Amino acid sequence: MKYAFPIFIAVVFVVIFPLLNYMESIPIDSTQVGFRGTGMVQVDNPRTEAKLEEANQAPESIGSVEPGGDPAGQVYENVQVLADLSEDEFNHFMLSVTEWVSPEEGCAYCHNEENLASDEVYTKIIARRMIQMTQAINTEWGDHVNGAGVNCYTCHRGNHVPENIWVEDDRPQAGGFSASRNGQNLASDINGKTSLPYDALSKLATSDDAIIRVAADAALPTTAGGSSIQDTEATYSLMINMSEGLGVNCNYCHNSRAFRDWEQSSPARVKAWHGIEMVQNVNEEYLIPLASALPDNRLGPRGDAPKAQCSTCHQGIPKPMYGADMLSDHPTALKP
Amino acid sequence: MMIEYQNIFTRVQVHGNPDLGVPLPGKTMFSRGTKTRLSYLAGKLGDAQIGPFYLGFLGLASIMTGLAAFVMIGLNYWAQVNWSPMQFVKQLFWLSVDPPAPEYGLSFPPLAEGGWFLIIGTFLSASVLLWWARMYIRARALGMGTHVPWAFAAALWLFFVLGFIRPLIMGSWSEAVPYGIFSHLDWTAAFSIRYGNLFYNPFHMLSIAFLYGSALLFAMHGATILAVSRYGGDREIEQIVDRGTASERAALFWRWTMGFNATMESIHRWAWWFAVLCPLTGGIGILLTGTVVDNWYLWGVKHGIAPMYPDYYDPAMLSDPAPTGGN
Repeated sequence: MKYAFPIFIAVVFVVIFPLLNYMESIPIDSTQVGFRGTGMVQVDNPRTEAKLEEANQAPESIGSVEPGGDPAGQVYENVQVLADLSEDEFNHFMLSVTEWVSPEEGCAYCHNEENLASDEVYTKIIARRMIQMTQAINTEWGDHVNGAGVNCYTCHRGNHVPENIWVEDDRPQAGGFSASRNGQNLASDINGKTSLPYDALSKLATSDDAIIRVAADAALPTTAGGSSIQDTEATYSLMINMSEGLGVNCNYCHNSRAFRDWEQSSPARVKAWHGIEMVQNVNEEYLIPLASALPDNRLGPRGDAPKAQCSTCHQGIPKPMYGADMLSDHPTALKP
Repeated sequence: MMIEYQNIFTRVQVHGNPDLGVPLPGKTMFSRGTKTRLSYLAGKLGDAQIGPFYLGFLGLASIMTGLAAFVMIGLNYWAQVNWSPMQFVKQLFWLSVDPPAPEYGLSFPPLAEGGWFLIIGTFLSASVLLWWARMYIRARALGMGTHVPWAFAAALWLFFVLGFIRPLIMGSWSEAVPYGIFSHLDWTAAFSIRYGNLFYNPFHMLSIAFLYGSALLFAMHGATILAVSRYGGDREIEQIVDRGTASERAALFWRWTMGFNATMESIHRWAWWFAVLCPLTGGIGILLTGTVVDNWYLWGVKHGIAPMYPDYYDPAMLSDPAPTGGN
């Protein structure tokens, strides 16, 4: 018993020490992003920032080519999307796509090398749809991607499948009459390891009925009622997902004293709003329908296609690849 | 031997015959226990004597209902990870038994969709109420005042506002707090976001003031008594009627430093009221949220407690982009 107290102290240290691993080392930088004294501050760890900067470099520009040769649709067979490109532009673009998506396998990742026109490799079907998606993002979603634009590398970063995609969670529960988890209450990277809904990203899978605005618009209750706590938790989870995906605090977009108030927000919130609309559209129009074209090993455990979220492009920083120009090398292919 | 003050982590412990308490007039419902033992570790923190422990009918009923709730929560947690022992341990802090969805209103939903939550809530409520009754009856049996049970009742007020009274007024059990470690914290944050920032709720402000005030008073009082214990200041109760030099020094100290002092009696009333008002005002704040105020920030703007700051960005860039209040 003489040693009880020293043993107690030792146990406390043994328990606490591993926890230090989860903490960030000081010093931390802070940047003012709103009126002084209102806590509108962005907090960054310069060591984490340095790693992110290294990981988020745009590939070297390979320059653009002048249009040359006949239209690709005439030169090659079965060119469905890029038929209007000249032969030179088309080849130049194919070269980049290979570099962005399958730098090791080369053309063979999508094409039957005996017959490049064949659609027998499933990845070619996917790639065609993804090129259409990229074009749509660059032409229709200027409110979100204006300036930089996107190309395959924005998401793929040299991988066949972008790293930060999401599929529906399928972790088992006993079911029956036992209490349901309600799509929440398990640690997940999607919700920043809170017990908030890990299926909050389903709000990004559809543009219908996605209730994201939850705070009341008036001081006093109205007969119309308002959002439930459950809806609020789903929005909160989605916002944490955005915050982590972009590597920013809440007040990068919001004034946290009144999250709902646009006048007190930052212009980034307007951009982010278009981003949510864009991701919903991209998931609904392009990614979810791919489930039928993808082999089982590319699908989630519930058979759903991989879907996009903010971090699919952003990868931990506010502007993907710090806003590097992704269009100039291939203007005709990416933004027709 | 030097005189040594008996305190937390003291090196000296006097082990004598167990103290079985004062003789009581009349009969109590059950005879009190006589089993005691001495614990060295307990003596490090307070009194080394453990027991006699009085269980009684109310205590037993409270523990049984509390245990029932605890086991139902635990088994539902376990079912939520498909009976995996490893996952149960790993996810323990995340797991939760949630209230029913809003569409069920005040009806009784299927077990899997909130039924368990209501059953657990019933048992838990019974448990804490029985424990309250036990405290009250034990206090009376000892001929004490009922300050402790009423202080506990203040905590129960907040508990029942959160889990019963407010959901009842809102017309939906979905407004209740889930039974989970992290989930009840997430609920708290979501609650504030949904109702427009609880920091602008005046009763939340009062509750915080009493919470921090309690800590401050506790520190001031504890420090004062320890500081004059060398003059017998720890005999606080006697000094209420028989002021000695310890009491006079302590009082003068505070009059010197802040011009005013509490007395040996009033300091305990100060502490009791601060502690009790913390959940009392907090409960009022929760009760008003969603029922009479839907957005506390906007309420604050209306009543001039939320100042506007100068624009930091061009307001033209900050209009709501949604055409019809969409996402």
